[in-house]
Amino acid sequence: MLRDSVEDELEMATVRHRPEALELLEAQSKFTKKELQILYRGFKNECPSGVVNEETFKEIYSQFFPQGDSTTYAHFLFNAFDTDHNGAVSFEDFIKGLSILLRGTVQEKLNWAFNLYDINKDGYITKEEMLDIMKAIYDMMGKCTYPVLKEDAPRQHVETFFQKMDKNKDGVVTIDEFIESCQKDENIMRSMQLFENVI
Amino acid sequence: MAAGVAAWLPFARAAAIGWMPVANCPMPLAPADKNKRQDELIVLNVSGRRFQTWRTTLERYPDTLLGSTEKEFFFNEDTKEYFFDRDPEVFRCVLNFYRTGKLHYPRYECISAYDDELAFYGILPEIIGDCCYEEYKDRKRENAERLMDDNDSENNQESMPSLSFRQTMWRAFENPHTSTLALVFYYVTGFFIAVSVITNVVETVPCGTVPGSKELPCGERYSVAFFCLDTACVMIFTVEYLLRLFAAPSRYRFIRSVMSIIDVVAIMPYYIGLVMTNNEDVSGAFVTLRVFRVFRIFKFSRHSQGLRILGYTLKSCASELGFLLFSLTMAIIIFATVMFYAEKGSSASKFTSIPASFWYTIVTMTTLGYGDMVPKTIAGKIFGSICSLSGVLVIALPVPVIVSNFSRIYHQNQRADKRRAQKKARLARIRVAKTGSSNAYLHSKRNGLLNEALELMGTPEEEHMGKTASLIESQHHHLLHCLEKTTGLSYLVDDPLLSVRTSTIKNHEFIDEQMFEQNCMESSMQNYPSTRSPSLSSHPGLTTTCCSRRSKKTTHLPNSNLPATRLRSMQELSTIHIQGSEQPSLTTSRSSLNLKADDGLRPNCKTSQITTAIISIPTPPALTPEGESRPPPASPGPNTNIPSIASNVVKVSAL
Repeated sequence: MLRDSVEDELEMATVRHRPEALELLEAQSKFTKKELQILYRGFKNECPSGVVNEETFKEIYSQFFPQGDSTTYAHFLFNAFDTDHNGAVSFEDFIKGLSILLRGTVQEKLNWAFNLYDINKDGYITKEEMLDIMKAIYDMMGKCTYPVLKEDAPRQHVETFFQKMDKNKDGVVTIDEFIESCQKDENIMRSMQLFENVI
Repeated sequence: MAAGVAAWLPFARAAAIGWMPVANCPMPLAPADKNKRQDELIVLNVSGRRFQTWRTTLERYPDTLLGSTEKEFFFNEDTKEYFFDRDPEVFRCVLNFYRTGKLHYPRYECISAYDDELAFYGILPEIIGDCCYEEYKDRKRENAERLMDDNDSENNQESMPSLSFRQTMWRAFENPHTSTLALVFYYVTGFFIAVSVITNVVETVPCGTVPGSKELPCGERYSVAFFCLDTACVMIFTVEYLLRLFAAPSRYRFIRSVMSIIDVVAIMPYYIGLVMTNNEDVSGAFVTLRVFRVFRIFKFSRHSQGLRILGYTLKSCASELGFLLFSLTMAIIIFATVMFYAEKGSSASKFTSIPASFWYTIVTMTTLGYGDMVPKTIAGKIFGSICSLSGVLVIALPVPVIVSNFSRIYHQNQRADKRRAQKKARLARIRVAKTGSSNAYLHSKRNGLLNEALELMGTPEEEHMGKTASLIESQHHHLLHCLEKTTGLSYLVDDPLLSVRTSTIKNHEFIDEQMFEQNCMESSMQNYPSTRSPSLSSHPGLTTTCCSRRSKKTTHLPNSNLPATRLRSMQELSTIHIQGSEQPSLTTSRSSLNLKADDGLRPNCKTSQITTAIISIPTPPALTPEGESRPPPASPGPNTNIPSIASNVVKVSAL
């Protein structure tokens, strides 16, 4: 067991990922060169090896939510970013995700959100998956909230969500139902534009 | 929030898109990036050495000199750089702090020079990283001791008329080198202690015979002389004890101290002897009391530093000694039992019982071998030899270990205590920083909403209310606010069952009224989520009304009378506190339902009691927890809590 952890450490140390050339990334994403530079500087500062593994990811994310427990949600988020499922998020994955979230069309953003909710990536959001996601979000709030979090609040929330999204009431939400319902909801549409100017 | 992680804030905000489809309430507006300038390099010229860094790197810590506008004072227009006439070596560490978030203390640097530089740049030394913190603290302590010694020697040379007579006496007792009188007193007491001890010893020596009777010890032969000597010594000791008691700064503590107990024990036998007459029954007990006179020798420990250190190390190694004793006892019992049963057969054996064999075992194991008890049987001899061999091992082995343990444990104890204290302080600081950041968030949330409210009301109120700290902070707060909106809960800093303290803010009368009305109004509102679900099913036309009255309820408001104008104030509030993006059309069904149902009812939720509402002026979250809060009536502490934002959002959707 000790050997394994030592080997793991060596592996992480030797894995030095260098991202693609700046021009290539610029072409692939919707960011300008300057924006990519700023993003990479921040990325490299936290992860000098060039890739983020899930532990580091969870740590970084939990710094933004000091009061609650954001590990579950960070896990889902990690899976959403790690599109090639190799257990590490490289700078390209990072940029790909951010490009969609910050500069993509609403359709693309909704697609990304659907992908996030669909934990097993089978194209359907079931109530259990949604419940997991919801619990993860509520966990991030922590214990000291007002009003005090009730046991069934996530479940209630999931019910609401399904009522809104599940058109044919078959107990799962497909991508089309999702996009259609979201497009009908003004609030959601508006909030999707919220983070346009983050960089 | 750690510095490097600020770079990930854009990512965290982007990831918040994942909450949007799930949220039921509209999201708050994002903080506008008003002066969005490209990240620029700035040049810092420190005594000729040029450092360059990004502007945003420095802005990570806005409450230091380099991170705030204070550095503009050092801006040199001609060369377009910031010039600091300070030490460039230390500046390297300071700048690295901004870059990496960790402050290091270089060993070659003088501690006071380093402290001066840190104070100049507005950085608290407490944030020195773990790797260098111990070194820093050690050096600081040595420096402080050196300063204290300097001060003391200075003070000794000059006269101190400000000290009272009592304090002078105490200083004389504790430190005999302060004055000649103290030195004289020190030597006199030492002399008398020696005299007393020698008297006790000589008292028992046989002194030659008085013709006609048997040999007497000197004590009985010259009993009067010895009695006079004893009296003199005890008088001196008593006077000394009383003087010390008088001069002690804390008499209770003095009485409990070890040295004073020794003093008392040393002089007690004499007085008890005086009190008791030649009563035959108790004179036997009285004689044994005289044994306690030997404790006078411990009074020497005031005169000898080494004795004190020995006592202390024995105390700190008590567990090791205890273990040695325990293992010895085990071995003694084992061997005594074996020897007893081995020697049981032999006639006229001295090993009459197991406890009697203890003596043999101890004498053998410590390799003393008096020879008063020897085994006679062969089995006894065999076991006897095993006993002496193992005695050598059992005693000789742990002793060097204990000796080395002494020094190791002594030093280690000191360091462990240090580290524990540092760790506690460190954790407290981290906790404070965390609550500080969430306090800052809550406070800025309140500020932000009030700002919107003011905009809606159209009052040309001061802008400084809306001014928060850096852009990064406002973005972080916006993120947390979005999370609140998604879940329909809101952050609390205090335990909601704490007692309420309403407070007022100094220069914002507009808000005062609001607060009070809010508080008054909300005191009877029922908790929302408990009524939500049943009504949901019964009203298919309504979506969930989230963002329920999140006001903090109060049970007693010392300086406000519950107005009867609840309804009016509620409506007023609803119009005021609506988020800018919502439609102002509230369906009043929900609100009136609540109002009717709970008129005068106590809110029945778990958080029915109180929540605090101490408002303090916003402070930078990282380093200083305390704001200038009003003196709270009950518990103090850096509690900032926002009061409620009673935003009634009732949305009718087409679904």
